[in-house]
Amino acid sequence: MTSEKKIIEINDLTKVYQMGEEVSVTALDHINLEINEGEFVSIMGPSGSGKSTLMNIVGCLDHPTSGQYILDGEDVSHLNKVQTALIRNNKIGFVFQSYNLLARATALHNVILPMIYSRFKKTTWAEREKRAREALEMVGLGKRLSHLPKELSGGQQQRVAIARALINDPVLILADEPTGNLDSRSGEEILELLHTLHQRGRTIVMVTHDPETAVHADRVLHVRDGRIAKDETNHNGVLSVIP
Amino acid sequence: MDLSEIIGIAWDGVTNNKLRSILTMLGVIIGVAAVIMVISVSAGTEANIAAQIENLGTNLLFVTQNFTAGGPRNRTNETQNSLYYPDAAAIATIPGITGVETERNASETVQYGDNTVDSVAVIGTTADFPTVRDSPIGEGRFIAQSDLDQKATVAVLGSTLAQNLFGSTDPIDQKVIVGNFQMTVIGVLAPRGVVGGTDYDARIYLPITTVFQRYTPSQFARVIGDRINTIVVQVADQSQMDNVILQIQLLLAQRHNLSIDSLPFTIRTQSDVITTQTATTSAFGTLLAAVAAVSLVVGGIGIMNIMLVSVTERTREIGVRQAIGATPFDIRWQFLAEALMLSLTGGLLGVLVGVGGSLIFNATGIASTVVVPGSIVLAFASAAAVGIFFGYYPANTAAQLDPIDALHYE
Repeated sequence: MTSEKKIIEINDLTKVYQMGEEVSVTALDHINLEINEGEFVSIMGPSGSGKSTLMNIVGCLDHPTSGQYILDGEDVSHLNKVQTALIRNNKIGFVFQSYNLLARATALHNVILPMIYSRFKKTTWAEREKRAREALEMVGLGKRLSHLPKELSGGQQQRVAIARALINDPVLILADEPTGNLDSRSGEEILELLHTLHQRGRTIVMVTHDPETAVHADRVLHVRDGRIAKDETNHNGVLSVIP
Repeated sequence: MDLSEIIGIAWDGVTNNKLRSILTMLGVIIGVAAVIMVISVSAGTEANIAAQIENLGTNLLFVTQNFTAGGPRNRTNETQNSLYYPDAAAIATIPGITGVETERNASETVQYGDNTVDSVAVIGTTADFPTVRDSPIGEGRFIAQSDLDQKATVAVLGSTLAQNLFGSTDPIDQKVIVGNFQMTVIGVLAPRGVVGGTDYDARIYLPITTVFQRYTPSQFARVIGDRINTIVVQVADQSQMDNVILQIQLLLAQRHNLSIDSLPFTIRTQSDVITTQTATTSAFGTLLAAVAAVSLVVGGIGIMNIMLVSVTERTREIGVRQAIGATPFDIRWQFLAEALMLSLTGGLLGVLVGVGGSLIFNATGIASTVVVPGSIVLAFASAAAVGIFFGYYPANTAAQLDPIDALHYE
């Protein structure tokens, strides 16, 4: 499934939070990382390990203090707010632990939203509705188009969020604890959906603290104290360390 | 994002909490309505004053003595600096003049048989009164030049006064007692109504010479004699106005033995009087409009307040929008559009209330109003400006939010 095309290339990346005049915290400490197109990678680590910081930088929500982050062949380390917003819109699909759907918008409208902010793919309303409907049908919610988030179960809401993440055809799906708020059955369904997307060639990075969730990916990164402590491949549940 | 999407999102924001939006708009509604109503009431008052002054007659000149001249310290110049009855007669000889009128007023009790009316305005005037003051005679005749020359004991009644004294009796040639003297009624004026605050119909008109002689308190009579305050001149042709003014100035200079440059008399045209009067009203109107505008600003502060609350409440939503690709520009527009929608909707409702209120005021006679189209534009534009001015800060606050903080806001 994986190709040699690099989606993520992180070189010697450091993130330091300046807490005061004298105090600073190094959240990420000279990290190097490559993720190829079509990989399903999970990032594991306890809280405070730096995995959230890593996810924020990978998601273009934050800038590195030093080092380089190349996303889909483009250096995005030091872009301004507008440029990063456009990168997020065009190249990254976010899936959050708490779904983060707009409460007052229907499922269909929530999925349409990223297309509204798109600067590259000009679409008419009819096209947007058509594509959003297709995306929702793909995640199995073809009959829930006009439901508000509060009228949907947690699993269904997360499916809407996944449909939203896919709608602008991003190069990377970034899922932050996607099953964290779900019961185990709904969680399994979401992970299965991510599997399906992976099999269709999507590149997925999933952040989790749960080892059982992490093993659904075919590569597991362990982050500890701001460094990548372990980089393992997963062959049918058997983890082996990448040297 | 194109305009329809921005408007859609803003509409969604406004309708999300309807009561709150309406209460916020109320400030703008009141401000805009107040500005429009204040301006229309003051414009109505101005129009009234102008109409009343126009109603005094047409093509009038008012010759008055300056206040600064005369007085006890200037006794030597007093005769030179004051207007006298013969001045009026002299002005009447200037070509191009259709009438000259001057007055000396008093207040007396008027009695006919058992009917008594107290404190009647006694107007000592000249033969040209009906022409100059545009107040024609109803029945009988007005005071003639011969009455003036003879200081005749004749009187012309205002129509209301005639009605009050005589009822159904024909007043012509009847005797009335005015103060201490008996006068013969020679005429009744046609009803004229109230003009410029004066009820023309409740007055009694006597030859001015008779008033000089009989109705000036004796302790003053020796000093003031036939001195008068104002001479009203009616000019035949509007285009001759300036020429007539010059003629009057020359004549007065000659009669009072003064240079034309240092004449202690002022000659104003009707439009001068209208300008002075309306300037006062309009200054007052401007002041009131400024007060109304302050309430518009207060409305703007209300919008700003509620937008700040809205930004805080929707921090999470802002974070989500940022994560899926909204630029700071998009976020700023979203909230600015919402503030604008509040202020413009409020402005529109305010225009309706203001115009409606003005029309109701006019229809019910509470105040005469003239809705000034400019005031609608002004008030509406102010509402828009208030929306942009007070909406920008909250919108910018939203746009500058850090996406990570916004996403984790609880």
